[in-house]
Amino acid sequence: MREQFPSLIVVVPLAAALLSPFIAYFSKTLVRWLAIAALLVSNISAVAVLIRVLNGGVWHYHFGGWAPPWGIEYVLDPLSATMAILVSFVALVVAIYSGPYVKDYAKLKAGIFYSLFLLLSVGLVGMMITGDVFNLYVFLEISSLAGYTLIAAGGNKATVAAFRYLLVGTIGASFYLLGIGFLYAVTGSLNMVDLAERLLPLLDSRVVIVAIVMIMLGFGIKMAAFPLHGWQPDAYTYSHPAATPLIAGVMGKVPAYAALRFFFFIMPATAGPVHKALQVMGILAAAGIIIGSVMAIAQKDFRRMLAYSSVAQIGYIVVGLAIGNSLALIGGVLHIINHAFMKSCLFVVAGGIRWRTGEYRIDNYMELNKKMPLTMGALIIAALSMVGLPPTAGFFSKWYLVLGAIEEGMWFYVAIIIISSLLNAIYFFRVLENIYMKKAEKEYKDIYKGRKLELPLQMLVPVVVLGIGILVLGIFNESLVTQVIQFAIPGGGL
Amino acid sequence: MAPEIVLDYRPLWAVLISLVAAVLILLTGEKNRNLRETWTILAAFGKVAIVFSMLPMVLGGQVLESAPLYVAKGIVLQLRADTAGMLFAALASFLWVITSFYSIGYMRGHHEKHQTGYFAAFAVCLSATMGIAFAANLLTFFVFYEILTIATYPLVIHKRNPEAIRSGRKYLAYTLISGQLCLIAIIWTYVVVGHGNFQAGGFLTLDHASRGMLQFMFFMMSIGAAVKAGVMPLHGWLPDAMVAPTPVSALLHAVAVVKAGAFGILRVVGYVFGPELLKQIGTAEVLAWFAAFTIIASSLIAMNQDNLKRRLAFSTVGQLSYVVLGVSLLSPLGLLGGMFHIIAHAFMKITLFFCAGAIYVTTHKENISEMHGIGKQMPITIGAFTIASLGIAGVPFIVGFISKWNIALGALQTGQWLYIVVLIASAMLASTYLLPLGYLGFFKKSDKFTHYGEARKDMLIPIVITATFSIVLGILPNFGAHFYDLAAMSAQSIIDGIQLIGGGW
Amino acid sequence: MLDFLTNSLIYWLFAILFLLGFFGILANNNFMKKLMAMNIMQVAVIIFFLLLGQKLGGTLPVIWGTDYVVEHYINPLPHALMLTAIVVSLSTTGVALALMMRIQDHYGDLEEDEILRRMNK
Repeated sequence: MREQFPSLIVVVPLAAALLSPFIAYFSKTLVRWLAIAALLVSNISAVAVLIRVLNGGVWHYHFGGWAPPWGIEYVLDPLSATMAILVSFVALVVAIYSGPYVKDYAKLKAGIFYSLFLLLSVGLVGMMITGDVFNLYVFLEISSLAGYTLIAAGGNKATVAAFRYLLVGTIGASFYLLGIGFLYAVTGSLNMVDLAERLLPLLDSRVVIVAIVMIMLGFGIKMAAFPLHGWQPDAYTYSHPAATPLIAGVMGKVPAYAALRFFFFIMPATAGPVHKALQVMGILAAAGIIIGSVMAIAQKDFRRMLAYSSVAQIGYIVVGLAIGNSLALIGGVLHIINHAFMKSCLFVVAGGIRWRTGEYRIDNYMELNKKMPLTMGALIIAALSMVGLPPTAGFFSKWYLVLGAIEEGMWFYVAIIIISSLLNAIYFFRVLENIYMKKAEKEYKDIYKGRKLELPLQMLVPVVVLGIGILVLGIFNESLVTQVIQFAIPGGGL
Repeated sequence: MAPEIVLDYRPLWAVLISLVAAVLILLTGEKNRNLRETWTILAAFGKVAIVFSMLPMVLGGQVLESAPLYVAKGIVLQLRADTAGMLFAALASFLWVITSFYSIGYMRGHHEKHQTGYFAAFAVCLSATMGIAFAANLLTFFVFYEILTIATYPLVIHKRNPEAIRSGRKYLAYTLISGQLCLIAIIWTYVVVGHGNFQAGGFLTLDHASRGMLQFMFFMMSIGAAVKAGVMPLHGWLPDAMVAPTPVSALLHAVAVVKAGAFGILRVVGYVFGPELLKQIGTAEVLAWFAAFTIIASSLIAMNQDNLKRRLAFSTVGQLSYVVLGVSLLSPLGLLGGMFHIIAHAFMKITLFFCAGAIYVTTHKENISEMHGIGKQMPITIGAFTIASLGIAGVPFIVGFISKWNIALGALQTGQWLYIVVLIASAMLASTYLLPLGYLGFFKKSDKFTHYGEARKDMLIPIVITATFSIVLGILPNFGAHFYDLAAMSAQSIIDGIQLIGGGW
Repeated sequence: MLDFLTNSLIYWLFAILFLLGFFGILANNNFMKKLMAMNIMQVAVIIFFLLLGQKLGGTLPVIWGTDYVVEHYINPLPHALMLTAIVVSLSTTGVALALMMRIQDHYGDLEEDEILRRMNK
């Protein structure tokens, strides 16, 4: 049993996903608990794996007992195990959060919702731990297909957004597939460890350069890195509110992590074509940080504002890759984790506000602090973290990024990060100002007078857990960095 | 004499106690006001007890350090009570007790709204102030500095009207931008040195970076601190922030927040760069020029303000620059005077603000031109106001004189006569803008204030206490907390080996 | 010339097919046409992979009597991979069609500019 933990991470939610439409036929409550239990098992397995990996080193798990490079291999190092924990944890929290939304659904619809939700989680977790580039493509498509449908579940506008995302996403996936096809053509291998060895002498060949560009394009589209982010604001804005925290919080980060694996583990990023390509990505990301933040300031819809802010935040991660020394990479990886927490928290709050008051326009967020004080507390923490003020988590990823940039003498990025945090401050304090200071008009008060104050418990717990998580990540990030991330970074150990 | 380092968690408790109080205050809420206020009072007394219990050890040459908390690779959060930190912490914690009573009187007397949030934010501010005072390295300092920024924001916008919101935005814009600039310099320091631990006499040297880079770093860090200290031209937020309730102006905008900025300058000059290095790269002089300019310009502006609190605000801007000037003179007595002025100005300015608040609550008057004859109605308040005004103007036997005397001597030590002229001019200007209230209040005839009606007791007693302290400390500067000794010890540790000569008191 | 025809032409054809699909997605206004173009693009990728497995003179990768010479069989791995890719492509198309039906139901149209105009109204 213990030897099979890596497969449990993926297989249990996958099996639950297949079962849930049938179980939903009998009971909606049961299917909800099934989903939660499956994600819990996945989460616990990931934790167990991490503990073992921390003690015993990298774990190569051969799926079905087939030896690589032919069989599929899961590579579990401290980094991928941590990422798996991150994804399954956020998925678990969001699954709990989705309860009240699903309560009024028809049985089958609830079953399908959870089925898709679990498939999305499976795809994302799988991308984190797989050691095979084609398997990564499969997981990418599993998560994407589930993502399209969950986005489309948000209503009529969402359907259009989902369809457009589907087209763009498929282009991205095709580029990625073509890229690994090129790599396969020159190396004859799809296993990451194997590829790394075989690619080394071939790095400057034209085929590999084309492959790098294509893979970068593919991941760029999937993670909505500027300027490939066109699909993202609509998709995040209109998608199903119970799934948005997972989609916005994690779905964009996973390809970013995959890009890290590709460009730093499979290929040496410090020189050659990868380095040049990353420089280009870095400059674009810097532009994306500024443009995303400015666009976020211009938005009136809270969810859309968060979506644009994600464009900017993904830029942070890419900048971390572009700077490329170990400090900046730590910053980038830490930001993947932190931002997953912050964005899920913000979208959970946004969904909660919508649930309670029906509002999503920032102008109408009036006197919410009196109605839902705890939720607003979480919002404040997340907002401060987005701005990057200590001692929240966001500060520390920024700290490492700036540290890395200064060490490398890349002042351009320092300036960009600083300017961006000020822009973040503008749009988040605008929201907080509306919440805390605008006097609610009379009719608005009357409508909501009779209702209960806070969110239902199922929604409140995720809000609070994510909010506290941001603080905990901030204060205790040292152990995360020294025990996990540092070893996982190429040339790590500082 | 190298200080003896003792492991002790009291600095940490001093920070945490009011944080806990803030949570309790929020949980108690509006329903049980007395219980809520009890938390504030308990935390205030607890804090002052903790801080003063460390005082004898610090005076005995020990340094109290809490165990480091590793927040990230290579960087730690650590609290340490050294002499300079002790000076600031003792001041802030002591004045919080007084302000707590005054606050309760003010808020209730004025029937303010959002009192729960007010008291909670106040407690968080005090935690942050303790953290700033006891910070052992640049990162810890920055963390608490930013917490202070955020925690003050709800207090500035307390009234929730458009004016308050505008001021709040302005406040955030100034402090956040400067904070980020400061952050760059801090991170840079960590990159070139590998740590940011404060060390008396500074830890940066010319080996770490080139001259130009060091100069640049110094200015970035100074900007971060100078914004809170209100050095012109970065003072814009301070007068506007006076829309906050008066106790906030009194404790935060005269003591905690702005002094945190001045204290930041002290840390940067004395404990990061060090006088030696600054003499070599010559940047402290620029800071001194700005400070001197601010002292004169703010006094001139203050003369034209009719709103009492705004006038006091500009006076604060000027007086804070005394601290900055004293510190950036880099001479031992200048440092001593600058540090002691943190104390001196705190007691005087808090008295002035308390009086302004008392007048406002009792008579609802904010403008000086409406206060003719007010002394007949509130003789004690106006009397206290006059004493504090005289202190600001630098009259002997009031606490302000001691610090100014030392700053002037410090200027002499470095042979910079110009600054003495500035000090004298400013003293005269101060008497022209602050004394008129006493004069108008007592000697102008007016039929507006005929009946006798002093301020509420819970406001009046704090006024009397702080005014008394202004005089007592003016005669016995070591009374109570040994502020003068603390300042002298810090100055000595910064300029190691140079004997403190002269300086009178 | 013969060399070009035997070795390179097929890759050029694949590239043209891929870009045709790519162009089709971008240039068409009708969702249905976009979807068809997307399928063309996916097929192009699939063909590319199959080309990788091809060998001159190779046959089906099923052991033929006692012939264990590797060169006599084409590489089966790309085919296996592409089975998966075809499944993915199929399900993507399925989801896209389902979405399109809902769009048609609600907006009564599949022209992108028209739908966007109504969506933002």
